[in-house]
Amino acid sequence: MSETHAETVTFVRDTMLPPVLPPVGERGAVKWLRENLFSTPLNIALTVAGLGAIWWLVTASLPWWLNSVWNASSLGECRQIVAANAGEGATGACWAMIRERWHQFLFGFYPPAQWWRPVLSFGLLFAALAPVLFAGQKRNLSIILGVVAAYLLVTLYLASAPGLPFVLALVLIGGLLALAQMMPGRLLWFTLIYPALCFWLLWGGSIWSPIVAMAGFGVLYAVFRLASPLIGLAPAAGAGIVAAVLWWLYAEAPVVSALHGAFPIFLQSINSDQFGGFLLAIVIGVTGITFSLPIGILLALGRQSDMLIVKSLSVGFIEFIRGVPLITLLFTASLLLQYFLPPGTNFDIILRVIILVTFFAAAYLAEVIRGGLAALPRGQYEAADALGLDYWRAQRLIILPQALKVSIPAIVSTFIGLFKDTTLVAFVGLMDPLKGVTQIVRADIAWKGIYWEPYIFVGVIFFLICFSMSRYSMYLERKLKTDHR
Amino acid sequence: MAMATDVPKEGFRLSMLIYDTRYRSYTIQLVVLVLFAMAVAWLLNNTVHNLALRGKEFNYGFLWQRAGYDIGQHLIPYTNDDNHFRALLVGLLNTAVVAFFGCIFATILGVVVGVLRLSRNWLVSRLMTVYVETFRNVPLLLWILLSYVILSEVTPLPKDFKVTDEMIAAGEAPKASMMLFDSIAVTNRGTNIPAPLFERGLGTLDLGFMSLNLTFWAIAALIAASIWVNHRIVASARATQESTGVRPVTWWKSLLVLFAPVIALLVALGFHLEIPALKGFNFQGGILVAHSFTALLIALTLYTAAFIAEIVRAGIMAISRGQSEAAFALGLRPNRTMSLIILPQALRVIIPPLISQYLNLTKNTSLGIAVSYLDLRGTLGGITLNQTGRELECMLLMMLIYLTISLTISTLMNMYNRSVQLKVR
Repeated sequence: MSETHAETVTFVRDTMLPPVLPPVGERGAVKWLRENLFSTPLNIALTVAGLGAIWWLVTASLPWWLNSVWNASSLGECRQIVAANAGEGATGACWAMIRERWHQFLFGFYPPAQWWRPVLSFGLLFAALAPVLFAGQKRNLSIILGVVAAYLLVTLYLASAPGLPFVLALVLIGGLLALAQMMPGRLLWFTLIYPALCFWLLWGGSIWSPIVAMAGFGVLYAVFRLASPLIGLAPAAGAGIVAAVLWWLYAEAPVVSALHGAFPIFLQSINSDQFGGFLLAIVIGVTGITFSLPIGILLALGRQSDMLIVKSLSVGFIEFIRGVPLITLLFTASLLLQYFLPPGTNFDIILRVIILVTFFAAAYLAEVIRGGLAALPRGQYEAADALGLDYWRAQRLIILPQALKVSIPAIVSTFIGLFKDTTLVAFVGLMDPLKGVTQIVRADIAWKGIYWEPYIFVGVIFFLICFSMSRYSMYLERKLKTDHR
Repeated sequence: MAMATDVPKEGFRLSMLIYDTRYRSYTIQLVVLVLFAMAVAWLLNNTVHNLALRGKEFNYGFLWQRAGYDIGQHLIPYTNDDNHFRALLVGLLNTAVVAFFGCIFATILGVVVGVLRLSRNWLVSRLMTVYVETFRNVPLLLWILLSYVILSEVTPLPKDFKVTDEMIAAGEAPKASMMLFDSIAVTNRGTNIPAPLFERGLGTLDLGFMSLNLTFWAIAALIAASIWVNHRIVASARATQESTGVRPVTWWKSLLVLFAPVIALLVALGFHLEIPALKGFNFQGGILVAHSFTALLIALTLYTAAFIAEIVRAGIMAISRGQSEAAFALGLRPNRTMSLIILPQALRVIIPPLISQYLNLTKNTSLGIAVSYLDLRGTLGGITLNQTGRELECMLLMMLIYLTISLTISTLMNMYNRSVQLKVR
């Protein structure tokens, strides 16, 4: 071939040219800038505006951050230090306030000698949550429990916990770690007893009252198991509930006092009005989240039900709760409950608020879950019926797993909303971190006139909690994704 | 062929009420109904008993008693000699005005942010993400308190606006100056904005139980009429376009119909703005907007806009790429693709959650209590409740009003939603 060409063509390239780099405008940072920041006149304008906004923010706030003061006893002293360091007229953050008052933001007026109790409950909360969040994943479970152990070691030491609980807590977490290695499924039992443990740790009192109260569930189960072969499932469940209610109403008090007389194990009692700050927000938030999900599922099923009365009651409840602001419900808890309950009943304000917040979140969750239920193709229900599953089995095995999976993002945003709404308890006289504690701090003559620092501090903590919740929901969504889109 | 034998007729047995699915639902409903009726009866009985114990009776007569407290911001005439019912109305209007402006501003901001978050501009989309995540993950109460504190503690005192002769001689500027052509002054006491005044107003019409501001209603009626006429013009233009294929030019007609009558009426009524001016120690003239209102409005707008932005973004992303590709294949330009293909479809996804955001915003106005904004909760559920001591009546009435507002908004918006929804046969 080349010979024939050699006669007709003067030059034939027989080696490849080395590849040439793309033009400067089409590669590297320049290309990226052109495509992402300066592709059209509008984009150029937007970029300039964005840079301007960042520049403005940075110049306005950077000196304030850089001139932060950590050691001072009042706002005036802070300002003097800033003026001395950075010159007259300079601005600076006064984090000394946080340094002096952090404990009120975290614990409210919880007695300092007992701080180890909320600290311990908070650590164990994650130990209790882990088996639910990362079911059966031995590695994640161990990591979380390890972190909890390290956290407890440090914080219990800092909170100067007495020796015995310190050792018991570490033994407990060690036991859980061992359990996670051998039988990770069994960790759920700790999740089940955690509410009682947490209640006892936080409010104190005799250890026997939470134990005896939990025993009510044992009574329920025992009666149910004994009676179900005799009278059938549904009547047995009814009998169990009746027995448990009787246990709580009549047997609990004498049994507790008898046990307490025999083995007095108790912690110092803490009143509800000593709770405050993030301790209060987390107690209300976590309890509300835990109880609103099952109630919300039941309400959603009720709203989808064929039974007219059940359906209209569910619809009425959901629409009523969703139609009024949470504040009015909280005021109902603090003002009206005394009218609706028998004369002389007076139960704890935190408990009342928790109940109302739970109902509030449950109504929103019910609508979210109803959306998930409606999104399922009709065929799923029909297939479940065709397999001969009864209503509850069909819901538990076929419908709910799919419906809940679809609605995870919306469920988690409802949870985030609930947690943010815990700040509203300030309006019924509880000391939430945002309004309650900040108001106390700002009312102090030493810190009068401080505003950015407490709000930034509280806002950042709320942001971290809520943001990690939404990230977890994204993780869960990815993990549960089974379709191939 | 074997004949199918009839199912033997069984007599009705009592156990079928539990075990037969045909009857079980009746049993369950009966039990639920009885339990519900018992619970209601128990609550009512307790309430009656408790009321009797406290020597109170359930009636709303207190609404017609003298209220005796002042409300700073009142859209209808109100003095402390008016009755509690009037105070309730003032509070209700204050709730409505925050909710109304909040919805409008939040929608505008939310749509802009939502679209910018999808922009190909890397920097802007990141900035918008930061905005959305920050506002969504921090309680609304914080934004309300923070805006209020900043407005009332950072803004200048009225005396800082003062320009004395010595300052002019020395060529100094005052410490603070008014905004927007010297028409708006933000001080630590509130925001002073120009007030619309009429030289030849139409006066008020006294209907006995309430008085109507005729000037306001005349302008409102005229605007409504103009919008309706403009709607007819556009509709007839569309009809012409569909029958002949040529769309008549309408923009100048629309402009004329929308603006000329209103401007003519304003001129006829002698409309002018009264600009606030510093007299003595404070600003005189114009309208003083309290910081509680401004802070609540700013916080509600910024907070709800973050949620609306996410809704808008999700709505646009829900439209499959094939739609815009098909539009491009038809030769439509990007702008027209957006307005003719993407947006009409995205709206269907956007509107239902948008409705619930509007409802949330309306309910969240009740957080105005944190900055002492006298809305419905502040008047009826706050001062009136404390003065008269009628918790039960006030709370029930307030819940009823909020419930009515919510149900009305959601019904209206659902009607609108149904009109834009995809028509499936």
